[in-house]
Amino acid sequence: MAIPLTELFTDYTLRTVALGAAALGTVSGSLGTFAVLRKQSLLGDAISHAALPGIALAFLLTGSKAPFVLVLGAAIAGWIGTLVVMAVVGATRIKEDSALGIVLSVFFGIGLVLLTYIQKLPNASQAGLDRFLFGQAATMLERDVIVIAGLGAVALLVTGLFWKEFKLLSFDRDFGATVGFPMRFVDVVLTSMLVISIVIGLQTVGVVLMSAMVVAPAAAARQWTDRTGGMFILAGIFGAVAGVSGAMVSSTAARLPTGPTIVLCMSAIVLLSLTIAPNRGLVWAWFRRQHARRALRVDAVLRDLEALAGQHATPGHGHPLATLEAMRVGHGNVSRSLGKLEERGFARRLPNGDWALTDRGAREAARLHESGNGGAA
Amino acid sequence: MIAPEVEIQVIASVVAVTCAIPGVFLVLRRMALMSDAISHSILLGIALGFLVAEDTSSPLLILAAAATGVVTVALVEVLNGTHLVKEDAAIGLVFPALFSIGVIIISRYAGDVHLDIDAVLLGELVFAPFDRLIIDGMDLGPRILWVMGTILLLNVIFIVLFYKEIKLSTFDAALAGALGFSPAVIHYLFMSLVSVTAVGAFDAVGSILVVALMIAPPASAYLLTDRLPWMIALSAGLGVLGAWSGYWLSYALDVSVAGSMATMTGVIFGITFLLAPQRGVVATARRRVRQKWEFAATMLAIHLLNHEDSPDADEESRVAHLQKHLRWDPAFAEGVVRRAERRGWVINPSNERLRLTDRGRSVARETTSA
Repeated sequence: MAIPLTELFTDYTLRTVALGAAALGTVSGSLGTFAVLRKQSLLGDAISHAALPGIALAFLLTGSKAPFVLVLGAAIAGWIGTLVVMAVVGATRIKEDSALGIVLSVFFGIGLVLLTYIQKLPNASQAGLDRFLFGQAATMLERDVIVIAGLGAVALLVTGLFWKEFKLLSFDRDFGATVGFPMRFVDVVLTSMLVISIVIGLQTVGVVLMSAMVVAPAAAARQWTDRTGGMFILAGIFGAVAGVSGAMVSSTAARLPTGPTIVLCMSAIVLLSLTIAPNRGLVWAWFRRQHARRALRVDAVLRDLEALAGQHATPGHGHPLATLEAMRVGHGNVSRSLGKLEERGFARRLPNGDWALTDRGAREAARLHESGNGGAA
Repeated sequence: MIAPEVEIQVIASVVAVTCAIPGVFLVLRRMALMSDAISHSILLGIALGFLVAEDTSSPLLILAAAATGVVTVALVEVLNGTHLVKEDAAIGLVFPALFSIGVIIISRYAGDVHLDIDAVLLGELVFAPFDRLIIDGMDLGPRILWVMGTILLLNVIFIVLFYKEIKLSTFDAALAGALGFSPAVIHYLFMSLVSVTAVGAFDAVGSILVVALMIAPPASAYLLTDRLPWMIALSAGLGVLGAWSGYWLSYALDVSVAGSMATMTGVIFGITFLLAPQRGVVATARRRVRQKWEFAATMLAIHLLNHEDSPDADEESRVAHLQKHLRWDPAFAEGVVRRAERRGWVINPSNERLRLTDRGRSVARETTSA
């Protein structure tokens, strides 16, 4: 099952799909940064489900299946869904999770009602509307890609213009309001951009999985950087990579739906980022923990040496390894810790094999006491 | 045999009640979206169960699905435990991945049989009455009714047995832990129950309606009562109401049953949201207005008390002066005076000159001394 790299440039369908998936991955990935930073990851889920009745209504009202019309309907419905969530959370004691759940299930239900209603209409050329449920990238045409890229570019442009404000909103909304920014307006703008980034992907990935395209790239990017700008760009790249690779992988095999494949590619990137990303990744955290544990062990042995030295008048008095080991039963390899101490010149080995504290070691032990480093003592 | 439409409504009612019970606690524990996550990721369990059993009616599918639900919960917790992502992102990462694997398995290996992703998500309640439980040639009614009835019984038993524990761990997890109930054990037991309920219900009504039935009625009930037993009862009632009215809506318009039911639970929530006696939007707005006038009338009484017996009392007690001193516009000042008069706090004998009554004086004193 070779990945058709050359076909990416020669095969028209594959090229279109890959281009569309890349554009969509870039936009939803990078804008997802703000959703993840603002702990609104699941808002994307609600928006994408809420878009369904908009698509159906847009078709009912215009009779057109032009991508721009449907996307516009989806955007309006998704936007209304967001407003409902905000209104419910703001006006009652119902929490955000319940509000999101109600909006996503009820709007989706309304969408189903409308879709089945459309199916019953005579002569309606409704075929293809239900591809929004699960997405069907294979049917993507050039005009779809143009809509995705065009709307996506607008969303990115607006984000560029409002960059400072969006950052302010995400990190310190109250401060922004204090210094005079219209934070509610900024919130509306950012939410609208999020809505755009979601609805342009519905046709490709479907309403059920679109939320993953918002959350996953940003969650992965977060592991690699602590800067918003870096996270934004990286999330866009991750989204694009997942989009293209998902489109290519799904074209290699029959009955491998594109949307889920893209999501799985994205999940793989997330998993990789969680494990190996420098500093934050689990592997690095594990190494750091091991390192810290070893350092504590060495400190503890140094302290033991000091305690033993205190019982003898002569500073260079040696103590057998067995004594030191007896003081640290079950706390790892004492002779390795002694080796480390010797390397640093804090302990030395006497000709008879016993261990003694050096002057520098005594000073270091005193410093440890002073800094209040309780450690594993 | 009972008419299918009656049976559909009976099935829908049982499903609604069964979903409402765990739904109440999901809403209260702020985990409403776990129902969304679980109801999607159980698709993977169904797909895996099908791969092993190669039969869509095997009970293995149900078991595997319920297990996937619990796995979803565990994965979210593990991801949370790394502190690398926030909880909302953890949910948003886990279930799309599991769902995607499920979709891929189904479309690759089960495309030819009746294991339809649409059916899983959207449900086919209309056909439920035709799948009957027949033992020894005896028709015992729709199979799904027995399945859901059993799950309902399980839910009721769980709530009755662990009522105290789950109530405490919902409202005060720290106290529950301190008293020796493990919140984690309750959590997993409860989430298993949610999984089993979701699995049973989605077979009948599809996963989206499961979410609607689990969240919308309890959220509506949350606006209507402050007592847990009432909330459970109201959720069940509103769920049934949504199911019935949804059924008739779908009947009238000839559209998706599950979609109509979800729509109606939303309509019921919308009505509660606007009109709930204490916590509805209208009631809250009216209370705000009333409080505004109340506050202003009290202010007026305090103002008059302050200047009573002082040299400027004549000047300060003129209605027109209130505009200057309290910054009230004329219409508002008129309204406040009218209200205070009606309450018997002030009298206005020689038009324009207000006097406090004894009652008004004591109101002002009480307020300022409190």
